[in-house]
Amino acid sequence: MARAVTTQHKVIATAAAWIVALLIFFPILYTIITSFKSEQEAIQGFDLIPSWTLESYADVQSQYNYWKPFMNSVIISVGSTVLALLVAVPAAWSMAFSPTKRTKDILMWMLSTKMMPAVAVLMPIYLLFRDLGLLDSRFGLTVMLMLINLPIVVWMLYTYFREIPGEILEAARMDGASLWGEIWHVLTPMAVPGIASTMLLNIILAWNEAFWTIRLTTTEAAPLTAFITSFSSPQGLFWAKLSAASTLAIAPILIMGWFSQKQLVRGLTFGAVK
Amino acid sequence: MGKITLRNVNKSFGPVTIIPNIDLDIEDGEFVVFVGPSGCGNSTLLRLIAGLEDTTGGVISIDGRDVTGEAPAKRKLAMVFQSYALYPHMTVGKNIAFPLKMAGESAEVIDRKVKDAARVLNLTNYLDRRPGQLSGGQRQRVAIGRAIVRQPSAFLFDEPLSNLDASLRGTMRLEISELHHQLKTTMIYVTHDQVEAMTMADKIVVLNAGNIEQVGSPMELYKTPKNLFVAGFIGSPKMNFVEGAVADKFGARTIGVRPEHIKISTTAGDWKGKVGVAEHLGSDTFLHVHTDQGTINVRGDGEVGVNHGDTVYLTPMPTKVHKFGADGNTM
Amino acid sequence: MLAPAVGLLFLWMIYPLLRTIYYSFMRYNLQRPETYGFAGWNNYFYFYMDPGFWPAILNTLVLVIGVLIITVVGGILLGMLLDQPIFGQGIVRILVISPFFVMPPVAALVWKNMILSPSYGVAADIAKFFGASPVDWFAQYPLFSVIMIVAWQWLPFATLILLTALQSLDGEQKEAAEMDGAGFFSRFWHLTLPHLARSITVVILIQTIFLLGVYAEILVTTGGGPGYASTNLPYLIYKVGSVGGDVGRASAGGVIAVILANIVAIFLMRAVGKNLDK
Repeated sequence: MARAVTTQHKVIATAAAWIVALLIFFPILYTIITSFKSEQEAIQGFDLIPSWTLESYADVQSQYNYWKPFMNSVIISVGSTVLALLVAVPAAWSMAFSPTKRTKDILMWMLSTKMMPAVAVLMPIYLLFRDLGLLDSRFGLTVMLMLINLPIVVWMLYTYFREIPGEILEAARMDGASLWGEIWHVLTPMAVPGIASTMLLNIILAWNEAFWTIRLTTTEAAPLTAFITSFSSPQGLFWAKLSAASTLAIAPILIMGWFSQKQLVRGLTFGAVK
Repeated sequence: MGKITLRNVNKSFGPVTIIPNIDLDIEDGEFVVFVGPSGCGNSTLLRLIAGLEDTTGGVISIDGRDVTGEAPAKRKLAMVFQSYALYPHMTVGKNIAFPLKMAGESAEVIDRKVKDAARVLNLTNYLDRRPGQLSGGQRQRVAIGRAIVRQPSAFLFDEPLSNLDASLRGTMRLEISELHHQLKTTMIYVTHDQVEAMTMADKIVVLNAGNIEQVGSPMELYKTPKNLFVAGFIGSPKMNFVEGAVADKFGARTIGVRPEHIKISTTAGDWKGKVGVAEHLGSDTFLHVHTDQGTINVRGDGEVGVNHGDTVYLTPMPTKVHKFGADGNTM
Repeated sequence: MLAPAVGLLFLWMIYPLLRTIYYSFMRYNLQRPETYGFAGWNNYFYFYMDPGFWPAILNTLVLVIGVLIITVVGGILLGMLLDQPIFGQGIVRILVISPFFVMPPVAALVWKNMILSPSYGVAADIAKFFGASPVDWFAQYPLFSVIMIVAWQWLPFATLILLTALQSLDGEQKEAAEMDGAGFFSRFWHLTLPHLARSITVVILIQTIFLLGVYAEILVTTGGGPGYASTNLPYLIYKVGSVGGDVGRASAGGVIAVILANIVAIFLMRAVGKNLDK
């Protein structure tokens, strides 16, 4: 900036920004606040100060066994991420370091599989899962989530791998490293941040996926998305419990998301924006 | 120790031939510079010698041993890359130690050699820093350190100074030359900058589109260029070329005369012209003069008081005129 | 190395898609499995004749376009606001991007019960405060309510992308424009907007892919109603297939969904293709 910013400018901008930000964040904020109320408090009307009781959280576990869908979410998010990486790392590797004329086309095609509307294949997938006994199974769900996010994972890794300068690998070769030495001593340490970012993004996407996780589960494997959905018809006094359940459901991902803004931009734009 | 020989070496990438055919001898301890315009193939040639690219044909030998199919590490060569190619996740110390680690040396040996290299290059205080925390010149020294520590038969430099600013370039040029006098190891140096070539080389290889135009010492290339290309490439500012009646008088198709070999007079001379731009540097004066023979660049000493628009008379020194035939070669 | 990824994706794409096409020509109802047989074009015909068909198509487009407009315009404005020097930049950013990480069922339920509920919601409290009667959002403006929820979730995404792009706008370019006498709006129109063109394109493309498949928000709030007022194509297919058990008709609907997605994609590519260079 060539000229100093006036304090007045900064104050006005700050006020405007904070007002808008708080408005946007309000639904989440109010949910968190309500989760620390008792049910009686919750329906008493608009109140920004809760009594900071944990009874709603306790009730959520005792009445609904919250722990189970929570663990299901964890298992399928982490599981699908690990599976995706196992398949995507070699693919992105070969495309980044030994590209052929086909590489761009293959990447484009992978992207296009993500564009297919999920609902179009709802019936065959449902029937296939039914016939294979995979309905309401964590394993089936994990595989499913791995498949739908695979294009994004491959793309993200590809863009990260491409950023590793070829000359550094050549330097390692000149320094006497074997192929395995190159991979272990140079490539992997440089790729770890990229792989970690991709893992983070995939966990977020899998955790929040709200179509297959609902349609392919009933009781055993239902993750938090399906669990919360089961509350869509109101059952009387339950705002505080709903808030507690919601807060727990979104808290891990919110925090992860706060730390992964850059990765999000790269991943969800398929690496087009960095 | 570092004698390198190339016989019939050629390189093509698919249908495109970068290097048609090269024969070259590099003696042990020489500082050889591959120089030429962009796309001349000097980097490719360096990479062929390094082993980072495979030859399409021909034989490369180091100290009498045929290394044509060998992996880079086995050739006992070390390379300093244009971008330095330092390992960003390792400290300076670990960067320099890496080749020794790959060679399986013991920890004490590695420690000693790294410290020695750091001392030679003034890096002792930076051993625990990461490359990202270093300046351009320091990074380059780390790259050189990594190469030195392997005690190779020859050092390969791929345009190492092009990423540095002008003043730093001058300093590093001197340092590399000093290093060569100290280590007495063969060095092969690739650049586009003919000033670097002239100041640092024992032997210059001028390349053009994959062909060797001339091989010789800097002075040989300056005084007796073999053809138009070498004559025009070596020497700054460029040699003046004149065709037509003037050239006929000398019995040649083209004549060439360097700016520093032309006498300037305000009263009389062979070629009359008007000064276009006059550059007064204090130590020298460079004139761009428009004459009937074309635009002639002239260098005079700092006292030349001629300016834009003035009329001058230029006389080339007869003994310094280069004559070229219709084929472009020196007659 | 490439083979597993390519192979898996290929199978995952080809197999179900082929089966969908197959089922679309079969009479197959899970509640009456004995009637299984070839159906010709019947499924397509009856899906088309479904009273929900045209509303679904229309609602799908309205939903996508509505959310796109809100998020792109809002994203540009918010991006420009956040690009200003403000105290607590980091926290403001965190607050603004949060809705994107809230899973759709939670987002929908929070909006349905705590914000828009005519009995207990914040919007109702505000209306009562100003002496107006509260609006029953999901009954009177069902599609608009869904659009609001989805737009709230995607605004952060657009903002983040556009803010990133804005921050890459060379400060010197802005200064040069100022020296050339360009006022604020001139600078915005001739300098900022063209610079953002590529990012806006990316935002529109990516969001459209996801917006065509909005499902959980409708499931949890309006159930597609009242009537078909908030039913989009995915929801209609769900009702026909999962609820009604009519695999044949739902598959026909699925094929139509794929065609619609491709039409939108082609239209988008042509309209904004020149801004892309992957």
